[in-house]
Amino acid sequence: MSRIDLLLCCGSGCVSAGALKVKKRIEEVMEEHDISSEVNIIETGCMGPCDFGPVMMVYPEGVFYKHVKPEDAEELVLEHFVKGRPLKRLMVQDDANKVLATKKEIPFYQKQVKVALENCGHINPEKIDEYIAVDGYEALGKTITEKTPQETIDLVKKSGLRGRGGGGFPTGAKWQFAHDAEGDPKYIICNADEGDPGAFMDRSLLEGDPHRVLEGMMLAAYAVGASHGYFYIRAEYPLAIRRIKHAISQAREYGLIGKNILGTDFCFDAEVRTGAGAFVCGEETALIHSIEGERGQPTPKPPFPAVSGVWKKPTVVNNVETLGNLPTIFRKGAEWFASMGSEKSKGTKVFALTGDVKNTGLVEIPMGITLRELIYEVGGGTPKGKKFKAVQLGGPSGGCLTEEDLDTQIDYDSLVAKGAMVGSGGVIVMDESNCMVNVAKFFLEFSLEESCGKCTPCRVGLKVMYDIMDRITSGKGREGDIEELISLGETIKSTSLCGLGQTAPNPVLSTIRYFRDEYEAHIKNKSCPTKVCTDLMHYKIDEDKCIGCGLCSRKCPVDCIPGNRTDKYHITQDDCVKCGNCFEVCPVNAINKVPGISSELSVKKTDDLYD
Amino acid sequence: MKTLEELRKIREKAQQDMKLRNSNTRIKVVVGMGTSGIATGAREVMKALMDEIAKRNLSDVLVTQTGEKGLSSMEPVVDVVEDGKPTITYGNMTAEKARKVVAEHIVNGKIVNDYVVASE
Repeated sequence: MSRIDLLLCCGSGCVSAGALKVKKRIEEVMEEHDISSEVNIIETGCMGPCDFGPVMMVYPEGVFYKHVKPEDAEELVLEHFVKGRPLKRLMVQDDANKVLATKKEIPFYQKQVKVALENCGHINPEKIDEYIAVDGYEALGKTITEKTPQETIDLVKKSGLRGRGGGGFPTGAKWQFAHDAEGDPKYIICNADEGDPGAFMDRSLLEGDPHRVLEGMMLAAYAVGASHGYFYIRAEYPLAIRRIKHAISQAREYGLIGKNILGTDFCFDAEVRTGAGAFVCGEETALIHSIEGERGQPTPKPPFPAVSGVWKKPTVVNNVETLGNLPTIFRKGAEWFASMGSEKSKGTKVFALTGDVKNTGLVEIPMGITLRELIYEVGGGTPKGKKFKAVQLGGPSGGCLTEEDLDTQIDYDSLVAKGAMVGSGGVIVMDESNCMVNVAKFFLEFSLEESCGKCTPCRVGLKVMYDIMDRITSGKGREGDIEELISLGETIKSTSLCGLGQTAPNPVLSTIRYFRDEYEAHIKNKSCPTKVCTDLMHYKIDEDKCIGCGLCSRKCPVDCIPGNRTDKYHITQDDCVKCGNCFEVCPVNAINKVPGISSELSVKKTDDLYD
Repeated sequence: MKTLEELRKIREKAQQDMKLRNSNTRIKVVVGMGTSGIATGAREVMKALMDEIAKRNLSDVLVTQTGEKGLSSMEPVVDVVEDGKPTITYGNMTAEKARKVVAEHIVNGKIVNDYVVASE
């Protein structure tokens, strides 16, 4: 019998930060001191604060440790596990250096309400028994023995649950369509083709609590009368694929999936289909074609998948997080779920908080709190004293919001009204050092590369938009470019076949709306105010500060900084490649980044830019 | 598994294995594991406690540890902490005594007065 449970976060973030090496070292040290049998090491899914990785929790005390390195193992085992003295130096500290020993004390967790992520970081995702211990499969068992499919659908309708993949379509209504549709068999698909840059909610849930998603899928299957389920997961998520496959086989062993589940008439089986990682396959019709072995391209709706989906049969496509919410909704009731959130957006939402924010990671918050609460109270604000500039929600399909909009409620409708969206849940915070034109160009490039090419507005339109953006950021922007971007963007949005094209112009359009002055500075003044676009900024040596050490000159890869100790050093602008080496190495910070094109640039070079 | 009842049985057993992570314990047994405690055999005491508790299948008892308690002359020292009752501190413990404490105090609620050094 063990007396300590060591929960080691083995989400992808902590694993890449070295969690497995830490585990190995701890095991070695425990072996040396002969206490291996007293400590139970459990590899869990993502605990959330990825920035602190590798993280772990030690029960029964519930002590939370961060940034644990293999070198710390010896002290940790001897002090905490042998002598019972928790190691303060590995605990989280607040701004006043106060030690925060347990999860409850850490501000990052205080605003959070965990529903879908309830067990993530608390149980061993590879053990079905641990999921059962936390009431797993109870909801399924009760539902299939006590409720009719229609009652099941009604409960979800009453809870107000909406699709968590981004669109926000009411889940109960979707089920009703599939339930009412003629056709046999019916199918249920779990959409785990999460592809937005900076988003990792679905991956974390599948890795951290796969049985929950499986149970959710089975509840959905029972409601609509489906007998077969597909998990569509992209190949870039090997651990998620492994865990869900393992979960399916465990559930089969226990008789929780298969024929006549728990002695009822309900029969269900599920399998995993691996996607090749095309962004467009997250679109439900493209996803269905990919499962069928066809090329992953969208087709017009209607017919909707609920009527004619995979193999032309009625199909429900639900996102991972949507399914993950279901077991808890069924256990705690529709009223409980509907009591959280805003008027039209109920429950909680998982976000992947990234970018220029102190606490990056996976968070779950009630709908209806403000962006300010999310970024400042959960995220801890922007680091290094830099000013907040914008937040990008919904990845390449979403938009940017600024300081002024920080008091906007986080729910489907309020964000859409402001020109952004909840999306799948990627939140990228940007501080004042980001060039918004460049950010918009990045997202547009992503959509351009991921366009499947089926319809012209998306295939050609995005390319033309990208060329204009590229022109603007390299100093060749022309009068009228902004207007052209807007008109192209609106046309692409209204004429594209699927969600990819219909939303791809959003990052450009929303940055134009809020940061038009930055676009104008790029076009008219040939200047990047944030000094990010290298063609529209230059380096300059402050001769008053320069001590003539010559370090910059020696580090310059193109030998364009002549000078000596008395005359000081000077950058020959025509030859400068703007690598930034000199800026980095100057011991007295005499080299500055200056917005705009240098006046010392020769006429020929300038002509190149303006051509 | 063919019925909901079977599922619930599996749950009960699984909850046992996860009890360290839940806070619904009736009694907490705290062993002083400072340097002097370990030197006088606190580890053997703790192992005996854990073994006895496991043998008797006491699901609501938690064994945990703390550092030096300042009672070096009476080490190993064990506290029995129960909500709403005074904390009992036993001193000069051995594995044998520990087993007796489990049997009499923890199971039957009778404090083993011979070993008590403090109560508050």
